[in-house]
Amino acid sequence: MVISIFLRAVANILEINTVSKRYGSKVAVDAVSLAIPRGSIFGLLGPNGAGKTSLIRMITTITRPDEGSILLGGEPLHADHPQQIGYLPEERGLYKKMKVGEHLIYLGRLKGLKKKKAKAAAENWLERLDLSDRWGQAVETLSKGLQQQVQFIATVIHEPQLLILDEPFSGLDPVNTNRLKAEIRKLHEGGTSIIFSTHRMEQVEEVCEYIALINAGRNVLEGRVNEIREQYKQNHFRVLYEGELPAGFATAFNVVTQRNQCLTIAPSEDLTRNQLLQALLNHGISIKAFNEVLPSLNEIFIKLVGEAETVPTP
Amino acid sequence: MQQLRLIIKREYWTRVRRRSFIIATLFTPVAIGLFIVVVNYILQYRSDETVRIAVVDEGRLFSGGIADEENIFFKQLNVDLETLKENFSKFDYHGVLVTPPHGNIQQQKYTVQYYTDQKLTLDIEPILVDRLRTALRKHKVTELELDERTLRALNSQIDIQPKPISPEAVVGTSLASKVAAILGMVMAFLMYTTVFIYGMMVMRSVMEEKTNRIVEVMISSVRPFPLMLGKIIGVGLVGLTQVAAWAILVPLMLIGVSLLFGFDVNATNLPEAPTELNGVDPEQLAAQIMTELSSFNWWLILPLFLLYFLGGYFMYAALFAAVGSAMGDDLGEGQSLTIPITIPVILAFYITIAATQSPNSGLAVWSSMFPLFSPIVMPSRLPFDPPWWQVVSSILLLIGACIALVWLSGRIYRVGILLYGKKVSLLEMGRWIFRK
Repeated sequence: MVISIFLRAVANILEINTVSKRYGSKVAVDAVSLAIPRGSIFGLLGPNGAGKTSLIRMITTITRPDEGSILLGGEPLHADHPQQIGYLPEERGLYKKMKVGEHLIYLGRLKGLKKKKAKAAAENWLERLDLSDRWGQAVETLSKGLQQQVQFIATVIHEPQLLILDEPFSGLDPVNTNRLKAEIRKLHEGGTSIIFSTHRMEQVEEVCEYIALINAGRNVLEGRVNEIREQYKQNHFRVLYEGELPAGFATAFNVVTQRNQCLTIAPSEDLTRNQLLQALLNHGISIKAFNEVLPSLNEIFIKLVGEAETVPTP
Repeated sequence: MQQLRLIIKREYWTRVRRRSFIIATLFTPVAIGLFIVVVNYILQYRSDETVRIAVVDEGRLFSGGIADEENIFFKQLNVDLETLKENFSKFDYHGVLVTPPHGNIQQQKYTVQYYTDQKLTLDIEPILVDRLRTALRKHKVTELELDERTLRALNSQIDIQPKPISPEAVVGTSLASKVAAILGMVMAFLMYTTVFIYGMMVMRSVMEEKTNRIVEVMISSVRPFPLMLGKIIGVGLVGLTQVAAWAILVPLMLIGVSLLFGFDVNATNLPEAPTELNGVDPEQLAAQIMTELSSFNWWLILPLFLLYFLGGYFMYAALFAAVGSAMGDDLGEGQSLTIPITIPVILAFYITIAATQSPNSGLAVWSSMFPLFSPIVMPSRLPFDPPWWQVVSSILLLIGACIALVWLSGRIYRVGILLYGKKVSLLEMGRWIFRK
């Protein structure tokens, strides 16, 4: 028993067990359970108002769950845990009149760093992002993109074990987005566990290994990105070909779409990929490319969220 | 604790270094000095318009002549009224004063006519009344065959001198209670303005953090309560710094101004000083006031004043913080939420005015117990030596209420700061207190 808990704590940086949160009569989070593997980038997905921020606020100890428990590194959340967490909220900002360096030291010290260490870390990070010359500048004089970068430094200055980024790229131009992505990747390589909350699916596919989909306060889907796409595939195959399709092809294969020398076909379930390919070759098609169609997370998202919306709520 | 210290430090230093703070701290005394100079000038200013008044003395009141005023000149004319009226435009008179013969000597009412085409202004009318009253009095004294010295003997000046019955009782002089009342009012006023100024500062600062969207970043590191407390303490220290600076600069300014312009208090045209002070040498009066002031138990009054100041400030600043947290980005929209806080402060101030007149009335005693009023009302009673049990219970109640209200405000604050774009009612704020 003790060993299994220990092993789980080693494997998962964060465990959320049937956590619920209500605001008045509104249920914001409804019995959500999640396990976030240590060292992973975990995508927390869901439409606006699904309960992502409510869930994150409980993880960061800003609010407390009405029911359920949250374990960080195997321990129930307590007052010292915020020092191990870096949180970049969606609603974020800085003290406009403060100077960049002073501000970073202040936030670093609030996270428990000693003054010297906070200063060194702030200098180090500003240098890393080419912002060293901004040390003495007031925050309000920086462009929005630069402010976001300072904000990011403030989030990671105390080297958190768990980094929670809520819509980190919103309002960023492509250059700054890429810069930030590169830094996130570096932190990931350094062993930081990252929760990445967003409703932008293309970013998730690019960055995350694991995801959970939250809708209307409930956990609708959880797992590895590859496995989920595999799970939701519709057994569709895409074929790029040259020349004409032989007569009678449409009757032999179940064609879903066909245009510009590109076919999407849905073969019967019992046919393996190789058998399908063989059958296509037997029909004398000149094949340029053949691949299985996996649904994008976006499609899965829309499918699941759309389904949920058509179900009448009690 | 470490976090609280950091927050207090930041709240204090960012404010104190701000240009607006430095300007307000240095220039308010200058502005006060300037204000006094200007007000003095205005009050000393007298009409420079020369007014000439014709007098047709039918009642023979002014047989001894009429004294002119600085810019008002009287001329007795032996012309009848009708000719004067016809040729009025030829002369440069403001008007014609006609005194009818005085009838019965017992009659007190005496009506005279003043013929003019202009308004009888406030600088002329009192002079006319004064001249007529003096003349009439003289006339009556002669008619009644009275002696001016005998008459003067009728005037008495009353001076009540309080004396203690039991040897330990302190009753002071009659001047003492006046000085105490003024001192009480000054302390109440100080309390009233500082609670408002710095309470509002706390509120604005809470709102700013909310609209800046920094607050969520902050509370992922700090619990909301120390954040609120740090803000209240930090702003409170800013207030103390500013008040201390003013306490030094304002008297310096006043001394400087009076030396530079050499004001004479008696020269001002202020509304008449209280009659009982008439005829008292101002220097002697000032010395008396100083002795009265030094007779107060400052070692008790000052620390108590500071204690009430802290209690009142903490209590109201916490309430302002709670309201600030519930406000949206729009200051105007939330203004109605501040009304429940401002009403007790204003009420307390009015109660104080009554309390300085009768410091042991039921109203004064009970409102100096009630914690929302006591920080303003009790200091105003302190110079009157209230019974010690009243002071002690008032302070205990204040401390209790202070802790309770800071705690309650913290409960509201922690919910309010995370809420955006929603109009909040007082009832809803009340519900937040009980939210888990």
